[in-house]
Amino acid sequence: MHETTQFLKTLLDHTQLNITLQRLAHQLIENHLNFKDTAIIGIQPRGVLLSDRIAQLVQHITKQKHIDYGKLDITFYRDDIHQGNDIHVPKNTDIEFSIEGRDVVLIDDVLHTGRTIRSAMDALIDFGRPRSVELLVLIDRRFSRELPIQPDYIGHTVDTIITQKVKVYWAEQDKKDEVVLID
Amino acid sequence: MSLSVKHLLGIKELQPGDIQTIFRTADNFKQVLQRPIKKVPTLRDTTVANVFFENSTRTRISFELAEKRLSADVVNFSASGSSVSKGETLIDTVNNILAMKVDMVVMRHSASGAPWFLANHIDASIINAGDGINEHPTQALLDAFSMREKLGELKGKRIAIIGDIMHSRVALSNIFCLKKLGAEVMVAGPPTLIPKYIQDLGVKVEYDVKKALQWCEVANVLRIQLERQNKPLFSTLREYAMFYGINRQMLDSLQKEITIMHPGPINRGVEINSDVADSKQSIILDQVENGVAIRMAVIYLLSGKRDLVE
Repeated sequence: MHETTQFLKTLLDHTQLNITLQRLAHQLIENHLNFKDTAIIGIQPRGVLLSDRIAQLVQHITKQKHIDYGKLDITFYRDDIHQGNDIHVPKNTDIEFSIEGRDVVLIDDVLHTGRTIRSAMDALIDFGRPRSVELLVLIDRRFSRELPIQPDYIGHTVDTIITQKVKVYWAEQDKKDEVVLID
Repeated sequence: MSLSVKHLLGIKELQPGDIQTIFRTADNFKQVLQRPIKKVPTLRDTTVANVFFENSTRTRISFELAEKRLSADVVNFSASGSSVSKGETLIDTVNNILAMKVDMVVMRHSASGAPWFLANHIDASIINAGDGINEHPTQALLDAFSMREKLGELKGKRIAIIGDIMHSRVALSNIFCLKKLGAEVMVAGPPTLIPKYIQDLGVKVEYDVKKALQWCEVANVLRIQLERQNKPLFSTLREYAMFYGINRQMLDSLQKEITIMHPGPINRGVEINSDVADSKQSIILDQVENGVAIRMAVIYLLSGKRDLVE
């Protein structure tokens, strides 16, 4: 592994990121219209920052008073508990509605190996049987998948090698909206 | 993130940060336990042995449930009816269990220090489920967790531990845990049941239970451990109940409403009356409920250390 991280390039700057978010929200609305049968679920911890924005945009554009929006922590469903020495401390799971028979849109910031999404689907099924599950990601690191998982909505696609990392910054937490590639 | 220890032997060895990590993890497990499917697949590749050399109902069921809710495989061992009665040593017994590919040992033993001894001789992670009159760490964690649920963060809160301090491993672990969390602690009971020099642990000592109740926000009432007293330390149970037992009139005479806790099993009518134990002020059954979440958190957080053992 590299000793220091090295900045490679900006994938999305503030303006581009917000245009992309707008597009993703519109694509969701195109398929789900009024969100009556749909629930949005963000994956903890970083996917929630994206899903907060998407849920807000969808609500604003559709002028719905309420859409079902929850947060899912996948810590207890990970397949790498005994891989490293560090163990993850979970974040909150907050799903205050039934997902039984609903169309669920899972949201995460970066799709890489697909293992997080695999865990998320396991975790989700413990809350009920959704009619369908879709996946929305901001960044798709294609060709790096270890499981047969593909997103339905993609913000931006990048080709990366394993040592590189995609960092997504959000104004709410990181004081800027930006997506960068580092090594 | 992980704990600073490989075993949970006593609260004494934990950092305050460890306790907070356990609490935060337990918050999430508590949420899991409210769901229709009260089980997560986290430890499906882990086997835990519950090795109990001393009787137990609550602790053992609580540990077993915690392990099962984490999808771990569980084997139970109790000293009665085992090879221990044929003269097998502790290390041999445990090593034989570990030879069958067990990853973690939960142990209760009547000898103080037994889990430390074992930790020096075996590789697997050990969780102390009570050793003699020394420590009972998971009980202290679930007690503090239940107090935190009721009062918020425990820094500066006043907690009284009442009863048989001398023979109680719950008392010692509670003192360590509460002090690490920044609470003020008082022990109260008859002088014969309070160890000398306990002030050195930074606790107040009070021999008048009424005054202790007046002072505290939470009273953790302990069981009189008759089985550990080899010489009489008070005349009769009736006398103990009259002077040190907690009853309704006593609580009603306070100008405030305090929270009552008890680690169980309760001697009704001795250290605590039914009209207190079953009242709204009591969170005794919440303690039991939280026990499973706390034990899930401890087992989960220690399981990650398994790969360090080679």
